[in-house]
Amino acid sequence: MSYLDYNVAHTPTGLRKILYLNWPLVFLIAAVASIGFLMLVSVAGGQVDTWAKPQMYRFAAGMVIMLGLAFVPMWFWRGISIPAYVCCFLLLIAVDMVGVIGMGAQRWIDIGPIRLQPSELMKIALVLLLAAYYDWLAPHRVSRPLWVLIPVVLILAPTALVLIQPDLGTSIMLVAGGGIVMFAAGVSLWYFGAVIAAAVGLVAAVMKSRGTDWQLLKDYQFRRIDTFLDPAADPLGAGYNIIQSQIALGSGGWSGRGFMQGTQSRLNFLPEKHTDFIFTVLAEEFGFVGAMSLLGLYTLIIGFCLYSALTNRDRFAALITIGISGTFFLYFAINMATVMGMLPAKGSPLPLVSYGGTSLMILMLGFGLVQAAHVHRPR
Amino acid sequence: MTRNAARPGDEAGSSVTRRGLMLAGLQLGVVTTLALKLRSMQVEQAEEFRLLADGNSIKIRLLVPARGLIHDRNGIIIAGNEQNYRVTLTREEAGGDVEPVLRRLARLIPISEARMAELLEEFTKRSAVTPIVLADRLSWEQFSSIAVNAPSLAGVTPEAGLSRAYPRAGDLAHVLGYVGPVSDYDLSKIENPDPVLMLPEFQLGKVGFEARMEDVLRGKAGQRRVEVNSAGREMRQLSRQEGDQGATVQMTLDAQLQNYAAQRMGAESAAAVVMDAQTGDILTICSSPSFDPNKFVRGISSADYKALMNHDHRPLADKTVQGVYPPGSTFKMITLLAGLESGLITPGSRFYCPGYTTAGGRRFHCWSRGGHGSMDAVNGLSQSCDVYYYELAQKIGIDRIADMARRLGLGQRHDLPMSAVADGIAPDGAWKQARYGQAWQVGDSLNASIGQGYVLASPLQLAVMTARIASGREVRPRLVRAIDGVTQPEPDFPDLGLSPENLRIARLGMDEVMNGARGTARRSRILREDWRMAGKTGTSQVRNITAAERARGVISNDQLPWNRRDHALFVCYAPVQAPRYAVSVVVEHGGGGSAVAAPVARDILLFALAGGLPPLDAVPDDQRAAMEERHNAMTLFAPEAPRLTRA
Repeated sequence: MSYLDYNVAHTPTGLRKILYLNWPLVFLIAAVASIGFLMLVSVAGGQVDTWAKPQMYRFAAGMVIMLGLAFVPMWFWRGISIPAYVCCFLLLIAVDMVGVIGMGAQRWIDIGPIRLQPSELMKIALVLLLAAYYDWLAPHRVSRPLWVLIPVVLILAPTALVLIQPDLGTSIMLVAGGGIVMFAAGVSLWYFGAVIAAAVGLVAAVMKSRGTDWQLLKDYQFRRIDTFLDPAADPLGAGYNIIQSQIALGSGGWSGRGFMQGTQSRLNFLPEKHTDFIFTVLAEEFGFVGAMSLLGLYTLIIGFCLYSALTNRDRFAALITIGISGTFFLYFAINMATVMGMLPAKGSPLPLVSYGGTSLMILMLGFGLVQAAHVHRPR
Repeated sequence: MTRNAARPGDEAGSSVTRRGLMLAGLQLGVVTTLALKLRSMQVEQAEEFRLLADGNSIKIRLLVPARGLIHDRNGIIIAGNEQNYRVTLTREEAGGDVEPVLRRLARLIPISEARMAELLEEFTKRSAVTPIVLADRLSWEQFSSIAVNAPSLAGVTPEAGLSRAYPRAGDLAHVLGYVGPVSDYDLSKIENPDPVLMLPEFQLGKVGFEARMEDVLRGKAGQRRVEVNSAGREMRQLSRQEGDQGATVQMTLDAQLQNYAAQRMGAESAAAVVMDAQTGDILTICSSPSFDPNKFVRGISSADYKALMNHDHRPLADKTVQGVYPPGSTFKMITLLAGLESGLITPGSRFYCPGYTTAGGRRFHCWSRGGHGSMDAVNGLSQSCDVYYYELAQKIGIDRIADMARRLGLGQRHDLPMSAVADGIAPDGAWKQARYGQAWQVGDSLNASIGQGYVLASPLQLAVMTARIASGREVRPRLVRAIDGVTQPEPDFPDLGLSPENLRIARLGMDEVMNGARGTARRSRILREDWRMAGKTGTSQVRNITAAERARGVISNDQLPWNRRDHALFVCYAPVQAPRYAVSVVVEHGGGGSAVAAPVARDILLFALAGGLPPLDAVPDDQRAAMEERHNAMTLFAPEAPRLTRA
């Protein structure tokens, strides 16, 4: 049976594709987003119009995008992987240039009403290109140094552009997202071990350098690290947000204070309630039960994605699914760890829940790819 | 990228599977860690955190910074801050129901029923913990009576804050603009608004200098750390760190001169600009009639606002930069200089004026129906002979005229920190094609040559033009003299590149307008030789005169309704020997430039030269009595100079 026959015989066509969608995933995404709407109503003091309503419109648009993309066959995604990467790369350069000309950090380009953030798009494009690369590369070459160097360059080039914006968070996400695809593609564990060892060594060197002549970071950067390690040392200064977040979260207890009853978030102890610290509000108002429910839903989303990937015999599709779900995983894990004080504070949204258009759209675009991979899997 | 043709299907698949499972394991590990951390915080340590939350605690409240002061060039405060006693109410602290508290408060200070309903409506819309301003600008008696009765007024907080005040009231209203409370519309326009904008007492620059210099004037918010109980009520203040006041800005304006200019224009619908002819400093930029910006700061009543909107002299419009007018004969220096610079005429070249000329099959009339006879450059300007310019325009073409207009500052926006600064129009063929899709006609050139037709200029642009002619340099206007005591560098303007001889002719023509035996504005000349003044009148039509009308005899302005009368314009500078001040005056529908605008401009110029009320002996005998009478009728601000730096 030729490749063509194989595809025609086994892949659903036309509107029948809708039956082959990963429906559990669709419902899980909608469930998480609904929790988000509820929390946005709560932080707006019961007002629907403030945040929840615009977010609902965006989510509806995102759903349409996701379902639309699910109909696009894999040969198309494979075909645009290189142009998409190159486009995003050029946009990143353009944004950096505009930033330089405009005398300030700029991360987006305005296209009419849409605010395009190339670094966000790059997360998807990078996964796409790396998946196509490993689909093309013969498996026995995957761990040869030269063939490892190529994806490393593909990852580091856009990362460098994002880093000079400067946007440390997104650059870390790009490296991690790319690393996940490389890991899933079977690159030898020795490489990952070496990178982790080097990172640990670098951190050790940086910390050792403090107070010496060859100090590697500025004093204020060290102070930020101190604050993370011991927020209580400066409760009203930089550690304020983390401490307030922890108090609010912990005081939620087993079942929480109830919807719209969270005193800590209500009294504005918390900053950025509708974006970065929305998980804290959930944990305070719905307690351990509520927080675990959301974590459970997230885990199920990852689970369904991984299951879809592992049962997909198309290597390209499997790698895309793993890469995108891995990025999604990093999003919520980093946000939750941050608000619980396990990671240094830096602005990161809780995926599908935090208020904000760009990250929501990018996520739904990513899930569109995951759905397309699922619908068009060889059977 | 083609797909891996020789893929040993299951081998690749299994590697993905193996690694996928490892990844799943890693992710599960992270999720477990998060879950364990959640459990330890929310289940095991929940009691501790609950105690911390109840004792919580310390809140940071922002303090509105004092807005930067604005001084005039002599240190007189033209925008300051005054003490404002206000009272706010927080719904949560009032126990949820605000109405009884409001009723009790209404016994201490007057709150109308309408206001009461408005407030109740607002409380339903805002969050329970947001303080809402109940009353503003209370007297000290009212304020202290509320403070004394505070125990029975739960949630009510009397506050003393600062509010913007404009001591010169309407004089500088258009240039300074005003501040006001932040609206949702304002917020929607600002990317990442400063949190201080959310405070109810914050005042944001809405229009004019206040808006354009917002970043400089705002300052930095201070912080107050307070301890609150679990209901959000403030228990005590732990620390207070005042913010930084916004920068003190010294403007180039002269408040006394502006005051005189406003009084001199009186109730006319008019605009006056006084500029330093060398440095570009705007000394006065005054639009009349004006309004009291303090009313806008306090929240203007709808009746007052309607009155301003419906006034036919448009007090809210800034006629100095926003208003554009056909410059009329004040444009003739431009046509003349374009002609002289082209080399196609010399100062001695003569044109004959029989009272009209014919071009493109139409008759174009001179203002002097009998004609001026043979005119050279200086006479053509001093007697404002239209036919001289009609002939000149036909000779040199519109492009040279438009180019000269732009070199002298017309048809371009001068970037002053004010609102709605107009571009004006210096028309040429390309402009008409782009704007109307029609070809330029010779008649258009003739109209443009005397500042009619498509030409439009603001009083600011006319002042810039005059300053450039007087100094021969590319003077640009400026309004900021110093910020926080740091004086802006003295500008060094490049030479205009016009031939000194041609400039001399244009200046001589303007001198003759004032001092020549047949000058059109001779009546408004300055007698003192060391203040000798040069100028040019202009009268611009706001309607077309039809042939039929002309046949019947042109109706004089006095017989027309106000809004159809001609605009009166005048530009001038002095002293002729060493130009210091350039002035432009436009009186909307005032009639003739020489009769209406010139005396106003002359008096303002005299005030600038004398540094105070114009001495009577500087004007011709027959005008002294009238001038004295005018001075006596004026109520001017005392020339006090309180050089305060900080409020």
